[in-house]
Amino acid sequence: MPESVLEVAGLRKEFGELVAVDDVTFTVPAAGSLAIVGESGSGKTTVARMVVGLEHPTKGTITACGNDRSRPARAARDRRRRGREVQIVFQDPYTSLDPRQTAEQTLSEMISLHHGWAADRRRARVTELTELVGLDSRQARALPRALSGGQRQRVAIARALAAEPRVLILDESVAALDVSIQAQVLNLLADIRDQTGVSYILISHDLAVVRQLTDQAIVMHRGQVVERGATAQVLDDPQHPYTQRLRASVPRPGWKPARRPAPVTAGGSAPGREGSP
Amino acid sequence: MTGPGPAPGPAPGSAPESLLEVDHLTVRLRIEGRPRSVLRDVALRIGAGEAVGLVGESGSGKSMTARAIGRLLPEGAAAEGTIRFQGRDVAALAGSDLRRHRSQVAMIFQDPRAHINPVRRIGDFMTEALRTNLGVKPAEAGRRAVEMLAQVGIEDGERRLRQYPHQLSGGLLQRVMIAAALLTEPRLLLADEPTTALDVTTQAEVMAILDDLRRELHLGMLFITHDLELAAAICDRTAVMYAGQIVEVRSSARLHDDPLHPYTAALAAARPDITRAASRLRAIPGRPLSAFEAPQGQCAFAPRCAHALDACRETAPEMTELDGGLSRCLRAGELRGKLAPGPEATARERAEPESTEPEAADA
Amino acid sequence: MGAAALIADADVRPPGTGIRGRLRATGPAGLASACVIVIGTFAAFFGSLLAPYSPVLTNLSLAWVGPDGGHLLGFDGQGRDVLSRLLAGATTSMLGPLAVVVLAMTGGTLLAVVAAWRRGAVDAVISSGLDILFAFPGILLAVLAAAVFGAGLPAAAIALAIAYTPYVARVLRGAALKERSQPYVAALEVQGVSAPGICLRHLVPNMLPLIIAQATIMFGWAMVDLAAISFLGLGVQPPNPDWGVMISENQTGIPQGYPLPALAAGICIVVVVVAFNVLGERLFAEVDR
Repeated sequence: MPESVLEVAGLRKEFGELVAVDDVTFTVPAAGSLAIVGESGSGKTTVARMVVGLEHPTKGTITACGNDRSRPARAARDRRRRGREVQIVFQDPYTSLDPRQTAEQTLSEMISLHHGWAADRRRARVTELTELVGLDSRQARALPRALSGGQRQRVAIARALAAEPRVLILDESVAALDVSIQAQVLNLLADIRDQTGVSYILISHDLAVVRQLTDQAIVMHRGQVVERGATAQVLDDPQHPYTQRLRASVPRPGWKPARRPAPVTAGGSAPGREGSP
Repeated sequence: MTGPGPAPGPAPGSAPESLLEVDHLTVRLRIEGRPRSVLRDVALRIGAGEAVGLVGESGSGKSMTARAIGRLLPEGAAAEGTIRFQGRDVAALAGSDLRRHRSQVAMIFQDPRAHINPVRRIGDFMTEALRTNLGVKPAEAGRRAVEMLAQVGIEDGERRLRQYPHQLSGGLLQRVMIAAALLTEPRLLLADEPTTALDVTTQAEVMAILDDLRRELHLGMLFITHDLELAAAICDRTAVMYAGQIVEVRSSARLHDDPLHPYTAALAAARPDITRAASRLRAIPGRPLSAFEAPQGQCAFAPRCAHALDACRETAPEMTELDGGLSRCLRAGELRGKLAPGPEATARERAEPESTEPEAADA
Repeated sequence: MGAAALIADADVRPPGTGIRGRLRATGPAGLASACVIVIGTFAAFFGSLLAPYSPVLTNLSLAWVGPDGGHLLGFDGQGRDVLSRLLAGATTSMLGPLAVVVLAMTGGTLLAVVAAWRRGAVDAVISSGLDILFAFPGILLAVLAAAVFGAGLPAAAIALAIAYTPYVARVLRGAALKERSQPYVAALEVQGVSAPGICLRHLVPNMLPLIIAQATIMFGWAMVDLAAISFLGLGVQPPNPDWGVMISENQTGIPQGYPLPALAAGICIVVVVVAFNVLGERLFAEVDR
């Protein structure tokens, strides 16, 4: 039984009256890969943000590499250690990099943060990382504005890997990329997992990407986990009605969109957003 | 059979009445002060009541094509070629003619919030075109708006008309946009990635509405998307664009199993499969280019194409007609049938290493 | 919608965003302003050395004498060479505003960044404090400072800096909030970079174009305000050759028919302030692009 690098139990997050995440539990094994599938409002992004420390749970526990991280880190040292346990790659390549730093500078700064190495060793590691993600030296020395979306995501991946995390959260990290570039980055991610043994948590609404990259999956709807299991099983034989509907909504050859029978009806006139789709 | 092919029109034997005829459309934009091509010699036909999909990646020019048709090109854009809507030259329209054109050619955008005034009510937004361009009385316009909202599945239209955009979710707002677009009884709908920003279940719902209404009202539609399967779902024909040109036009039913251009096949093959995890995805090396970045005087896709020969790098291919479709490929005829991977190809791939390394190169 | 924004993901370099590129992009007016500023700065540091005659030696027999030979701008009411006095006066006239700008920008940036980073209660408290400070016009505070600490440039400069700080903080707070909410900041937090580290090495550098634009415009305001304060006798004290002081000293010459000394000092102020305003506006426009 492989050891687990991440354990989440009874996770709950409330924003005032809104319950964004309700009793979520899952485990990620070493070198494993878990998909958290859901649409907007499912709570999947909130779960990711809690795991990585950008939000803190109202209730429940998160344990990474044996260390509890349910409460905010006190010391800078703890924050850095947590950074070496779990990292994240965001969705939008255009805002997830510091516009004033080249890839080399960003990576160098991250390496300095975690290791007190001499300049040579740092440089060598920077080169290692850029090669790992498939960036050439010209791209590594360019500012983000001179790079394409796919190249920027590679920099973001390299930055995350600079901390040598055990878990890498991919928050819709390929959703904003062109199809042909998405394929390259998915292949890259598979290679990285083979080479470094990092575990992935893939947050995504795209079921085909989920199939390609992950072994296990949980499906979230309105803050709760409605289904879980091996990815292949969840996608080929969904049990929960929501998962079934999700699966049926994916365009494929021969697919024809069908309207749901019940039209959108009036709810209360609350000040917030109304109506599902 | 090569040579300058005919414009990609409706399949022979189908509705002959032509709604939209685009020929030799070339658009240049000022980027960093210099004129750059973004569309090169685009030709398109849409018949009355026909839905045509326009599929492409970044830089393909798909959005720009729709904007050119809708007379919504940005400042400083230079367009050549002809766009005829119901026989009239779109570029020559002005004043009241242009306003009438706008009520006949409705556009739906990807992000509804960016195209709707947040400080006006939904009702104002929806009835504006009716009241100003077509002189309909406000009460009547309101009544029609409520009816149209019902058509898109929003039952409590009266209440919705009084609401503001921020009170509606993305999916609801997109339905409102569709309803608003249909109010002026247009003949042609230009839908630019209308569902890309929506959840997949919402997308299915909105696509179904679009499909139903289009058929019911016998509207022509140009449906722009990056998703090949999505276009095929509700469009009769699909055109694929690359680097500012149309490279293939095919009936949607045949596109997936019998593509005529290597790019179409590569695009479909690069997508992960929801039914199985591939050992390695068939990525296309390099990255999609805009018209002005692509090499001139040759096939724009050649540098990334697995089937490119020397001839492909020396001559710019013209459109070839093949099996009722069109392909901008010199080798279209000989590659016919070999482009979509069959089961034998997949098995072969599992045995041999992938030939599309190094992927690092350009993206 | 800009043309460039419609070409998604093209690997095209945007126009020069380095300092030289930015300056070039400000156009001929921007460049002319930059030249004026450079000349003024030069005069500020070397004015006294460059002055052809003594700026302080009085000679009442030469009072109000017009331009003559080596004395290009004539003599002021005390018989001192106007040109030399202008050159020597550049020092306090330029460095006074500089001090104000440095102090106000530092204070304002600090408050803006802290408010934006901590948000919530801290932001509310800082914003309220700034709102109170807004109520005090610069000159009023300078008058108060003079009443408490006695007239002089340091007190006036500090008072002005305090009065300007809320402007800076307000302008920068918006930009700081925007940067703070960007995913790259979240990525740095996840890495474990400390809050001061993120603010100093990432947040502030990304606000630099706005900071520079604000500082430039503020220099002009400070120059006018300080000149007015000196004119009122509450800032630089005569017989120091400060441009504001010169206007005050020589205003009696105007009704007597000797406008040149006062006018010359006034024109110096106007030219430099306009130059800073023009350049500042151009830089702001660049920021918004």
